[in-house]
Amino acid sequence: MAELLRTIKYESDRVKGFGREVMSVPGCEQLESCIQCGTCSGVCPLSIYMDSTPRQVMELVRSDFKNEVLHSRTIWLCASCYACTVECPRQIRITDIMYELKQRAIHEGVYPKKFPIPVLAKEFHKMAHNHGRVTENWLATWMFLKTNWLAAIGMWKLGLGLFMRGRFSLKYEGIKRKGELARMMETVDNIDIDKLTDVKPKRKPAH
Amino acid sequence: MVKYSYFPGCSLKGTGRAYEESLLPVMKALDIELEELDDWNCCGATAYMAVDEVKACVMASRNLAIAEKLGHRELMAPCSACYLVLNKTKHYIHESPSVHHVLDEALKVANLSYSGNIPVKHPLDVLVNTIGLDAIKKRVKNPLKGLKVAPYYGCQIVRPYSTFDDQYNPTTMDRLLEAIGCTVVKDFPLKTRCCGGSLTGTLPEPGLLCSYIILKEALKRGADVIATVCPLCQFNLDGYHDKIEAKWESVRIPTVYFTQLMGLAFGMNERELGLHRGFIPMKPLPAAFAQPVAT
Repeated sequence: MAELLRTIKYESDRVKGFGREVMSVPGCEQLESCIQCGTCSGVCPLSIYMDSTPRQVMELVRSDFKNEVLHSRTIWLCASCYACTVECPRQIRITDIMYELKQRAIHEGVYPKKFPIPVLAKEFHKMAHNHGRVTENWLATWMFLKTNWLAAIGMWKLGLGLFMRGRFSLKYEGIKRKGELARMMETVDNIDIDKLTDVKPKRKPAH
Repeated sequence: MVKYSYFPGCSLKGTGRAYEESLLPVMKALDIELEELDDWNCCGATAYMAVDEVKACVMASRNLAIAEKLGHRELMAPCSACYLVLNKTKHYIHESPSVHHVLDEALKVANLSYSGNIPVKHPLDVLVNTIGLDAIKKRVKNPLKGLKVAPYYGCQIVRPYSTFDDQYNPTTMDRLLEAIGCTVVKDFPLKTRCCGGSLTGTLPEPGLLCSYIILKEALKRGADVIATVCPLCQFNLDGYHDKIEAKWESVRIPTVYFTQLMGLAFGMNERELGLHRGFIPMKPLPAAFAQPVAT
């Protein structure tokens, strides 16, 4: 029998202060004025696949339901097309709030482990860090190997097609001054971002 | 000769190299010189931003600072994701003193600095609003008469930071395509609907549905080809036809870069323009367009 889930939320499910914390991040402040009109859910091309609609996510954040939000698939389904952001009658930057939630989920390691979207994000981040540039075909390869290598086999035709059309890079693309970029990132790691009031709360690097 | 700094981005050196292959000769034909940024890095796009937004801005700021070293020239970014992230970073620099502070500190260790004032432009904007349709029309040798094109802009070129066109019903590319002789699908309703982004690779069901809807609509409106301004849109609309057919139905229609169509109209060779790199070949080929130009 399928697992039964309680659909009513309890007061005890709230993580007090979570909503405030998110709303203190630059770009996320407007969330406070959400009127729950549902325009975001209506214009979102992916809301039909989401477990909570964007409108619901907005209220869940504001009402401190941290765990529901960070575990939801909604934040990973957001393809960041910004349709909701430009349509929102209260000028809430919904896409940026989704980004904020993705970062928190990755930082806390609460995303579904073999769910390919956060894995892609982490691999992208790692590759951009180490090489300075991203080689798309290797990025896709790593993502499949780390999530579902059987799916990688299903992609052989696309890979071969790209190769035959000269769109597949065998080598990793990279920058010359990798050390320079690494020093820049190190500098950011050493800045106590918590002390800078209008900046996101400090979190450790994801890898 | 107008000079622009040029940020190609990773895709234009990889799966989207046909975009660069067609952009460069088209710009040259219009007397625009592009100077590629020295040692540019990944812009910090979409997927990176999901891991660390501040560092994504640091990535972008290094490129902006390198561009500033070349003098106060406009920076051209043809990939919609790069265009968005570079503009987003500029936005953060202006509205958040703390983000500005972090970026300054990071740039300092690389002996770079950024004042926040380099305009980041998409080639579509430059071509239509700076060069102008008249100059483009003058360069047309083979007007693409009879070619019906669905103009597909995708999302990130117009949302949320773009100032050069409408966020839902942009018309810049429509006018450009008409200027080179194409018949444009009027008011293509899905012109800014999401193509699925990276979901086509990560979660095929919702990702491919996004692409399928756009392809189907373009066919329904009688288009011969879809024109796009973004390497990821081109990849999604062009590369997954087998999977889309297996799941729903065949919606085979070629998707090309708007710069490739311009190149054809300028009389350039299809191979030079990277047209052989598409999965769905464009037919009829340019010979069919080669009509004597009335002078």
